[in-house]
Amino acid sequence: MIELSDYLVLGAILFALGMAGIFLNRKNAIVLLMSIELILLAVNFNFIGFSTFMGDLAGQVFVFFILTVAAAESAIGLAIMVVLFRNRGTINVGDLDSMKG
Amino acid sequence: MIEQLIFYVFALVLLFAATMVITVRNPVHAALFLVLAFFNSAVLWVMAGAEFLGIVLVLVYVGAVMVLFLFVVMMLDLNLGSLREGFMRHFYIGVPIAVLMAVQMLLVVGSGLFAPETLPEARMPIPEDAGNTHMLGSVLYTVYVYPFELAAVILLVAIIAAIMLTLRRREGTRHQDPGKQVRVRKADRLRVVNIPSASRKSEQE
Repeated sequence: MIELSDYLVLGAILFALGMAGIFLNRKNAIVLLMSIELILLAVNFNFIGFSTFMGDLAGQVFVFFILTVAAAESAIGLAIMVVLFRNRGTINVGDLDSMKG
Repeated sequence: MIEQLIFYVFALVLLFAATMVITVRNPVHAALFLVLAFFNSAVLWVMAGAEFLGIVLVLVYVGAVMVLFLFVVMMLDLNLGSLREGFMRHFYIGVPIAVLMAVQMLLVVGSGLFAPETLPEARMPIPEDAGNTHMLGSVLYTVYVYPFELAAVILLVAIIAAIMLTLRRREGTRHQDPGKQVRVRKADRLRVVNIPSASRKSEQE
């Protein structure tokens, strides 16, 4: 029998992998977006797990909304990537220092 | 027993794919491994009883978002060498932090705080006699109708933002301006010229 903790452990490890991806690929903006997708997937795993084991439908509705927001986020993020590449010729995050932040 | 075995196999493939996403050199390969990760997640969600969301994950993510990712990755001419610099330097910071976070979360999960018998009562119980899609739809359009419409507005904003960001007006292209076409008046274009008609005298003679 699959336990609730199986889903929670899987979500935790997936979240940590996404977090590590953000640290490892500091320069590559596209892999940064992919790491954010992994983190959102980990959150969704927690919602699905709790929804199943509590017998509550609200968790699945929230996963639905998270998927919507994640899709919008990646669409706008990739559009920004395209504009960035058109203007600067690179998507290296290290080169984006014109605001001296 | 067999259910548990299937769960662990798909979970291991999911974790392997996620690891490859963050470590492979080529972003195209990373996108393809992300497809694998989403596909395995969809299987796990279906196993957990969320059939509709599993199918939505395959359709929306594997079908649309990942195609968008691949499209952008292949359209941009990426310099792989400069994007990888500092990988090993950040490796020694990022991996310990990630391991630390994972250990902390596993401690919380393992502490028995989330044991199934301690969970609160369901406020929106899943009915036994209806399919997953049916009951999700019956809740989504009644109880959650305002969040649903907000999600629709978010998608609309995303469409407009993505189009406006990437729209490029190039000089010298020919295009119609419907506003100008509608605004035009007869007096702007039409000039009535009074030309005296030639006399037919010469022909008659």
